[in-house]
Amino acid sequence: MAHLRFHLRFPEDKIKQPVLCQINRTFPKVDTNIRRADVREKTGWMDVEFSGDPAEIERAIEGIRQKGVIVDPIELNVVE
Amino acid sequence: MTKPALKGTDKIKGLVCRECGKEYPAVSLHVCDMCFGPLEVQYNYKTIKPRLTRKAIEAGPKSLWRYVDLLPIAGDPTVGLAAGFTPLVRAKNLGDELGLDKLYIKNDTVNHPTLSFKDRVVSVALTRARELGYDTVACASTGNLANSVAAHAAAAKMQCYVFIPHDLEASKVLGNLVYRPNVVEVEGNYDDVNRLCSEIAGEHKWAFVNVNIRPYYAEGSKTLAYEVVEQLGWDAPDHIVVPMASGSLLTKIWKGLNEFSKLGLIDRMATKVDGAQAEGCSPIAAAYKLGRDFFKPVKPATIAKSLAIGNPADGYYALKATAESGGAMDTVTDEEIIEGMTLLAQTEGIFAETAGGVTIGVLKKLVKQGLIKRTETTVALITGNGLKTQEAVMNAVGRPTRISPSLVDFQKTFGLGIHER
Ligand SMILES: Cc1ncc(COP(=O)(O)O)c(C=O)c1O
Ligand SMILES: [Zn+2]
Repeated sequence: MAHLRFHLRFPEDKIKQPVLCQINRTFPKVDTNIRRADVREKTGWMDVEFSGDPAEIERAIEGIRQKGVIVDPIELNVVE
Repeated sequence: MTKPALKGTDKIKGLVCRECGKEYPAVSLHVCDMCFGPLEVQYNYKTIKPRLTRKAIEAGPKSLWRYVDLLPIAGDPTVGLAAGFTPLVRAKNLGDELGLDKLYIKNDTVNHPTLSFKDRVVSVALTRARELGYDTVACASTGNLANSVAAHAAAAKMQCYVFIPHDLEASKVLGNLVYRPNVVEVEGNYDDVNRLCSEIAGEHKWAFVNVNIRPYYAEGSKTLAYEVVEQLGWDAPDHIVVPMASGSLLTKIWKGLNEFSKLGLIDRMATKVDGAQAEGCSPIAAAYKLGRDFFKPVKPATIAKSLAIGNPADGYYALKATAESGGAMDTVTDEEIIEGMTLLAQTEGIFAETAGGVTIGVLKKLVKQGLIKRTETTVALITGNGLKTQEAVMNAVGRPTRISPSLVDFQKTFGLGIHER
C-alpha cells in the first residue's frame, strides 16, 4: 500500500465539477484524503493523499488529468 | 575574543508548519503530515539574543558563517566554508543613470565557488545533511543549483546525483560533469521530469537539497540580507530588489531583516522588499499586479532560465512578504533583460547573468513609476554570473574592431593623431 501526496489545481471552469467524487467511484480501491484546500470563485486547489496500490493510484491520477485538473507533486516545482 | 558557536538545540527549536503551526523536531522533513503545508526552521531567539552582538558578528569569519548563530546547523560548518560575504558595491554610475542617489549592488556574481547565490543555500544544506547522517546529496536543476551542489559535494567527498532535463544546453551540462557527480538526463517534458524527481526524492534516503532538506537549505538565503545590513554599517536599506524563481530568496530576505530587527541589531527596519520576474515566467508578479493572494502557474518562456519556475513553491509566501513590507513587484521583457545586463556591465563593470538583467530592468521600472524615490537607499541583488548565460547577450554586445597590423591603420580607424614625443 502506497501513500502519495499531490497538489490538484482546478482551472476556473472546472472548479464546480465533482471531480474527486467521480474518481472515487471509478477507482474504489484508492482512498483520497483531502488535507488542505482553497476553493474560491477564481481559484481552486487541494492537497490530497492517495492511498492504495501504486499502479491503481497512477491510473486514478491519470483519470484526474483527463478531466482537465492539473496534478503536481506536493512540493510543486522541485527542478530549480 | 569570540564565544564558541551555540550548539544544537540551544539555537534550533525545531521545525514548524507554516500553515497550521504544528511543531516537529529538526530532522529531514519538509511537509507537515497534518495539513501538508511546508515546514520552516524555528530558533530559540531568547538564547541567541544575549550573545549575538554586532561586535561578535564582526569578529567572525569573512564568509556567510559569521551568522552561524542564525543558521540551522547544530555544530560547526563543514561544507562551503568560503561561501558568502560578497562585495556590496556603491553603484554611483548606475544610480546617476536611473535617478537614485544611494544605489548599491550586492554582487553575488562572485560567490565562492560557483558564482551564484546558490553557494549560500547549498553550503548550509550540505553541512546540515552531513549532520543528519547523509552521505549522498541530490538535486534537480537546470543550472545554478546543480553547479553548486556538484562542486560542494566534490569538495566534501559526498556522493552526488544531479538530475537535469534531457534538452539542457551543452555548456550547462559540462558545468556539472566537470565535478564528476552522477549526472542523470531525464527524458520527457518539464512536468514529467519534475514529477519523477519528486518521486525519486521521496523514495531514496538521500539529502535532496531542495526537497527533504529544503527547510534548512532555504535558510541560507537569509545571509544575503544580513550581509547587506552589516555592509551598510548596520543599517537596513529602504528598498531591496530581489529576483524571484520559487520565491524562496525573497521570503528569506524578509525573514532575515525581521530577525535582525527583533534581535536589536538594527535600529530601524522599514525596508520594502520588491520582487522581480521575467514577463515570460511571472506567476508571482502577475498575481501581485492583480492584487491577488494566490497565483496561477504558467509555462515558462523567457531567456531568464534560472528564474523559470512556473509553479513556485514559495510564491504565496513571497506575495505575502512583499505585501507586508509595502514593496512592489514588476516584470521585464527579454529585450529589457538584455538591456539590464548590458547597462549594469557598462556602468558598473559587473557582468551578471539574465537574472541580474531582470533585477536591473525591474529596478528601473520601479524608479520610473515613483515607487522607489531618488533619496531612498536601494540595494539590487545580483545573484548570478554572466559568464554562465553568454548566449543571452551574444547579439547585443557588438564585434571587435578589426584592423591590419599597421600603426597608421589603427590611428586612422580610431581617429587618433600621431603623438609628438
Ligand atoms: C541566479 C538566480 N537568482 C535568483 C534565483 C531565485 O531564487 P528563488 O528560487 O529562491 O526565488 C535563482 C534560483 O534559481 C537563481 O539561480
Ligand atoms: Zn501543518
